[in-house]
Amino acid sequence: MKWVKVTLRIGVVSLVIASFFFIQRLVMPKYVNGIVEGSLIETYYEEEGNHDVIFVGDCEVYECFSPVALWEEYGIPSFIRGSAQQLIWQSYYLMEETLRYEKPKVFIFNVLAMKYNEPQKEAYNRLTLDGMRLSSAKIKSIKASMMEDENMIDYIIPLFRYHSRWSELSFDDFRYFFNKKKLFHNGYYMRVDVRPVTTFPQGKKLPDYSFGDNAWGYLEKMKKLCDNNDIDLMLIKAPAIYPYWYDEWDEQIREYADSNDLIYLNFLDLIEETGIDYNTDTYDTGLHMNLSGAEKLSRYLGPILREKYGVPDRRNDTELSRIWEDKTTFYYEMKAAQETELAGK
Amino acid sequence: MLFTSYEFWGFIACLFLLYYLIPRKYQWVMLLAASYIFYFLAHPTYLIYISVTTMTTFYAAMRIGQLLNVQKAHLELNKETFSKEEKQGYKSSVRKKQRKWFIACLLINFGILAFLKYTNFTIANINSLLSVLGTGERLTFMNVILPMGISFYTFQAMGYLIDVYQGKIKPEKSIFRFALFVSFFPQLVQGPISRFNDLSATLYEEHRFDFKEVSYGFQRILWGLFKKLVIADRILVAVNTIIKEPDEYNGVFVFVGMMFYAIQLYADFTGGIDITIGIAEVLGIRIKENFNAPFLAKNITDYWRRWHITMGTWFRDYLFYPLSVSGPILNLSRWSRRRLGDGLGRKIPVYLTTLIVWFATGLWHGSSWNFIAWGLTNGIVIIISQAFEPLYARFHNKFPVKGKPLYSAFEVIRTVLLMSAIRMFDCYRDVPLTFRMFGSMFTTGNFSALFDREVMKLGLSGADYIVLAAATVILIASGIRRKEGSMRDRLEKIPARRRYLMIYLLGVIILLFGAYGVGYDATQFIYNQF
Repeated sequence: MKWVKVTLRIGVVSLVIASFFFIQRLVMPKYVNGIVEGSLIETYYEEEGNHDVIFVGDCEVYECFSPVALWEEYGIPSFIRGSAQQLIWQSYYLMEETLRYEKPKVFIFNVLAMKYNEPQKEAYNRLTLDGMRLSSAKIKSIKASMMEDENMIDYIIPLFRYHSRWSELSFDDFRYFFNKKKLFHNGYYMRVDVRPVTTFPQGKKLPDYSFGDNAWGYLEKMKKLCDNNDIDLMLIKAPAIYPYWYDEWDEQIREYADSNDLIYLNFLDLIEETGIDYNTDTYDTGLHMNLSGAEKLSRYLGPILREKYGVPDRRNDTELSRIWEDKTTFYYEMKAAQETELAGK
Repeated sequence: MLFTSYEFWGFIACLFLLYYLIPRKYQWVMLLAASYIFYFLAHPTYLIYISVTTMTTFYAAMRIGQLLNVQKAHLELNKETFSKEEKQGYKSSVRKKQRKWFIACLLINFGILAFLKYTNFTIANINSLLSVLGTGERLTFMNVILPMGISFYTFQAMGYLIDVYQGKIKPEKSIFRFALFVSFFPQLVQGPISRFNDLSATLYEEHRFDFKEVSYGFQRILWGLFKKLVIADRILVAVNTIIKEPDEYNGVFVFVGMMFYAIQLYADFTGGIDITIGIAEVLGIRIKENFNAPFLAKNITDYWRRWHITMGTWFRDYLFYPLSVSGPILNLSRWSRRRLGDGLGRKIPVYLTTLIVWFATGLWHGSSWNFIAWGLTNGIVIIISQAFEPLYARFHNKFPVKGKPLYSAFEVIRTVLLMSAIRMFDCYRDVPLTFRMFGSMFTTGNFSALFDREVMKLGLSGADYIVLAAATVILIASGIRRKEGSMRDRLEKIPARRRYLMIYLLGVIILLFGAYGVGYDATQFIYNQF
């Protein structure tokens, strides 16, 4: 009965490995309360249907554009692959990874990340990288993002990083062990509350306004990736008034866009055109847009995507329409829930 | 590469695979290459020092051996013609030549160690002296890198040289094999200090993959990681909190710090040695044990027979014994017996030798007055306990409590407290502060702080304390049950399912409760610095 023994041994080894995965899953942060942004990246893998437009970038994309508004008004299926302080190389490798699953018509990159030339903080790295599935793109992204005292293996086997959370485990860690509650759709982080802008900040003088070589290198890589795959690259700057966006920075991006035949939209210069009202369209005094702001920006962006890039209206696609119907329902339910919560305060 | 770093375990995994895949006759070559790679990765310049020690010791030992062979051949050839005096004269001339090689090699290697380890300490003391004398002159400190494990490999190599010189062993013929003996990487960083006789055979022989041996080694590694990561590196936070703020943490905190440091050092050092021995076992190599339940010792002499055994025996065999029969000590012995009588006169040279050995032991541990004071205190306590032996004997004659469980427990606790108190020299930044903090245990009277949960946190959470308490209980229980045989032998006797479950649980405990990764300082083993 040799085969029984062998099967038994394989079974035991599998069980041991599975138990380590179980423990890892348990101690990993669930990001369902508090810093929910940590759940954004992983939602992409649950997606059904393709997207014609993929946004990449930091909080200035996942809070400033509404995929449901783009769908409802223009029939454009889109997804936001963004996370808090997502660095340009992280966005690049997310683009590279996206191509394993689908081929969009347009990638839209928010250029605020150009200000960072080096890795910044492990906590932010985690928000993007922990959500990615293991792939060569993830490995490259980790390599590019690690701080000096970090280790690649801590990202590949997150148990090594989060093992000390055993003493912080809460009910949520067990409750959301298998299934997390749905907090987002299509990578959009909805906020309906309003906190108007009170003062407009003035940027501190910088010793040097040039973007770093590393950041430029990745922008160039993004362009090449799009060129090689026959995808359009669009550059945007969301209308967030802080972190401050310097004219000198804007000029560099504009020059790059002009010389490479790219469209660059700085929404800070398009306040009138988009109809953004800093008294009603932001939930945190101008750092990020609320739902109203995000819908306005999406409504402005839709026609550009259609006219300049030929992104078609897919509302006639019955399969896609079914998928988006569910998303739209979730969207309005979440909106209503947040409004009810606000009214109760 | 730290023993607790991922890189190190990647390195071990690769070595393990290759070691059992290549032809067995090349296994020792692979170990030599791995040892030099390990050392190179730590710092390329380290290789220069270890190579110098290897080459000079190998060559000197070879010359000493050759001279002995020539002597043997010459005496054999002239067996019939040489008179007794001629034989003696010839032997003495050969011995002189051997001594030249021997002393030259000792001077070079201990010179390198002394220069690298003690130059700045000497400069600091000269500067202090100049400052006391009121001169404005100051010597500049030198920028020297202390190679990792230099104290260990120098002692190991010099032990070999002394053994060859004393004719206890024959010199190794291959410089590469000898290089492996000096540089064998698992024990390079914190010992044990092996003897050539003990290590050479197992190091150079061919090793077949033996599941039981590999499994034993793996278990030993896990046990070492448990001690280091779950206990030592966790309790370290509290120890550092106490010793870095002596003005704030005095009185009862000093006592807490003293006991915590005792646990930390034990878990750290024995954990490191467990990992070393475990790695060697996984490769089929047997290394001598360095500990034998030291906290079950009933007196300080017994303690030093159980703690850092290979260092203790090195000093005993290569310093204490030769010193005891050296000319100056024998002269002193004659003089003191003449002047002070047979009783005290006989003891004076022994006490002096003891103090010299302990001074050297302290100095070996580190270039600071703290370590010298630590060594001398050990020596003094040993001398006092030896001097009081007749008194103890009389006490035990009157009160036959020896061997009774309660008295044995008292002896164990007394030794633990005594050794922990002496070890305070390791903790505080200088000797006067150590004495001040020791005194504060008896004068401050802040015992109520023991019951203040906030104050007693010392940088640890409640959960950390629970883990520490549970892990320390496991540690103590395993130490107490050592008499029943090694833990692994006992594990081997229980059904395989239960055994593997226990090993698995130990792995899970280390993974979950170990202090490692981001958020923890990668903590070097305490004995790496010696």
